[in-house]
Amino acid sequence: MNYITLLNNQTIGIAAIPEIPYDTFFEINTGFITHHPERHCVNYFGYKIGDAIKLICCIADDNAHQIYVSACVVKRETPLLALTSKLLCFEKFEREIHENFGVNFIHHPWLKPLRYAFNRFDTSQTIANYPFYSIKSEELHEVGVGPIHAGVIEPGHFRFICNGEQILHLEIQLGYQHRGMEQLFLDKKELLQRATLAENIAGDTVAGHATAFASLWESLCHFHPTRDLDFARTVAQELERIAIHTGDLSALCADIAYQLGASVFGRLRTPIVNFMQEWGGNRLSKGLIRPGYNPFPFTPALAARLLAVFDAFEPDFNEMCKQMFKLPSATSRFERTGVVSYDDVLSINAVGMAARSSGLHRDIRLSHPYCLYPELKHEPVIKRHGDVYSRVQVRKEEIKQSIEYVRKLIATLPHPQPSPSPLQQPQTDVFTITLVEAWRGEICHCAITDAHGELLIYKIKDPSFHNWMVLAMAVRNNEISDFPVSNKSFNLSYAGHDL
Amino acid sequence: MFDNLKILYHQGKQFIPNVRTAQVPGIFRGRPLISLQTVDEAALTSLCPMRAITANPVAIDLGKCTFCGACAQQFPDKISFTTDYKIATNQRESLIITAGDDTPLQLNPQAMRPEIRSLFRSSLKLRQVSAGGDNSGEWELNAANNVQFDISRFGIEFVASPRHADGIVITGPIANNMAEALQICYDAVPHPKIIVLVGTDAISGGLFADSPAVNRSFLQNNTVDLYIPGNPAHPLTFINGVLSLIGA
Repeated sequence: MNYITLLNNQTIGIAAIPEIPYDTFFEINTGFITHHPERHCVNYFGYKIGDAIKLICCIADDNAHQIYVSACVVKRETPLLALTSKLLCFEKFEREIHENFGVNFIHHPWLKPLRYAFNRFDTSQTIANYPFYSIKSEELHEVGVGPIHAGVIEPGHFRFICNGEQILHLEIQLGYQHRGMEQLFLDKKELLQRATLAENIAGDTVAGHATAFASLWESLCHFHPTRDLDFARTVAQELERIAIHTGDLSALCADIAYQLGASVFGRLRTPIVNFMQEWGGNRLSKGLIRPGYNPFPFTPALAARLLAVFDAFEPDFNEMCKQMFKLPSATSRFERTGVVSYDDVLSINAVGMAARSSGLHRDIRLSHPYCLYPELKHEPVIKRHGDVYSRVQVRKEEIKQSIEYVRKLIATLPHPQPSPSPLQQPQTDVFTITLVEAWRGEICHCAITDAHGELLIYKIKDPSFHNWMVLAMAVRNNEISDFPVSNKSFNLSYAGHDL
Repeated sequence: MFDNLKILYHQGKQFIPNVRTAQVPGIFRGRPLISLQTVDEAALTSLCPMRAITANPVAIDLGKCTFCGACAQQFPDKISFTTDYKIATNQRESLIITAGDDTPLQLNPQAMRPEIRSLFRSSLKLRQVSAGGDNSGEWELNAANNVQFDISRFGIEFVASPRHADGIVITGPIANNMAEALQICYDAVPHPKIIVLVGTDAISGGLFADSPAVNRSFLQNNTVDLYIPGNPAHPLTFINGVLSLIGA
């Protein structure tokens, strides 16, 4: 066998992953994906073994609900034929491997630095001298924005090449937020420290990343979460989806100068995040999810309270949506703005709501279900036009769907169960992969332990890793003045990308 | 138009009438109380993932604390968190709460530059810089200006250009890759100007303090005027902190 087949949250011995020669590695991993839109690469990374670099590639199959993992050991000095030469979806992964280890990939379109990680191979490359694409022309001009933007948001640099008001090309340069997250997972040895780090990967996706870390760690330690743990995590993730989608609808309205929508959606987010505070003491659900135990059990009183929150939320939300969707001055700014095609999201490896808004069926809750999603029988919300309007629709419908799911879940509260056993030490010499569908899309965490059960590598992939490229494609041929509304329709994470 | 009026009517009154006395819902973890009970202090201090708790006497540094509540869960008779959200201060050492201490945090006017209150009392424009912030602090700063918290009613606003600003608000531990941009932004703010640190990561670096990807030299070279703890800081913590600073 050239690869091993895993399920979401499964742990296996690292030796069980077949190590194959690079040409076989190339053939099988590109072969998996070519003409198979139901398969995509969920993670592809390297780590050092002595002087060599071990590459691990994980391809998820959404129909078979499996993940195909293969490995290959390469030398830094030996140039490799880029997987990107055949499939564009590997472009970011290969740039990352190049940046971290100096491996050269032949026929890669452009091995640009990805995030200027502090432990990058070539430290002579600095964020101040990033090689922007440019076109020499008297007709065209460039617009540089950032790293600090006009609003209260994270930093990143956008370089537009414009023909008059029209965007020909956008290049997004990231890395400003790099905090050395993956290395800190290795350096900070205590579980609570790592759980806290997971919450800080992207502070707007706390439930998503904290669930990913907790599930991964429990799998590493042979711990099977009780129903009330899974319950709390499922509810937290759906509430996070409702809160952020609602907040983003507000921001979208603000970007098209629709004050009523901005105010009403903005204030509707508050009861949801305040409920998170009533439940776990933090409006962004920090501290709520921990591996091996549930610090804040979901009580019947909380269930009653949440139902009351929903009962008050829904009429106002529905009324505001109805008004916005029939308002021509709003919909005309959304429709046919920021269009990204099915073919583009597929080749970029887009995930989550960005992919689903362009007709790509990609939702871990259905394809690799975890927590209580198997019993929810999740049906992804799919739209086909790929414009801002589609993404607004997806957000609206996912909010309604999430409320329905949470209502269904809290109808039968699980009894708080004492943990069956305390968390053991992580298994030795193993590999674990965890997939979670957070509000932006798929989160993938991978871990490998050494002979003492210590973390050898902790690898994080935020949905924004690929989706930034979707934004760059979406704004082509748009007026530059439509950039903010396109950007906000995705609302991607800088910290999650830069780590 | 009638539909719009109906929507407005259905929202009722959303604004918080008095941001100084408003109660926060639920089990919000604000200013901690540490009892004088004797506990295994070594177990308590090593429990904290942030190393925010020190022993003899037991004290919690709110500049390092993430308010996760783990200490209060394990040592409920020793540590409890009140819902007091007014935990901003202008002196770093005031953020350390010691056992038996139950006095609300306050700013020390003696330690404050006099021009802050004389110039910014009724109008303060701020430039926010996220320097490795994870976007939770940024979310809450945006929330501070929504229709409920409505910080702009006090003449406090976030502006796009540092040239229009009276100071900067920093979130995040200051990533190395952002250090230069932060300095350029600060230099572009006209004098006199203030520096506000919001959130644990900004105040102490949090878990990122000793990361080689972080560069906190900016804070060694400049004077901080206000520390607003939290992970993220609650909008009411931010609003009250800034109001106390400018004496409004």
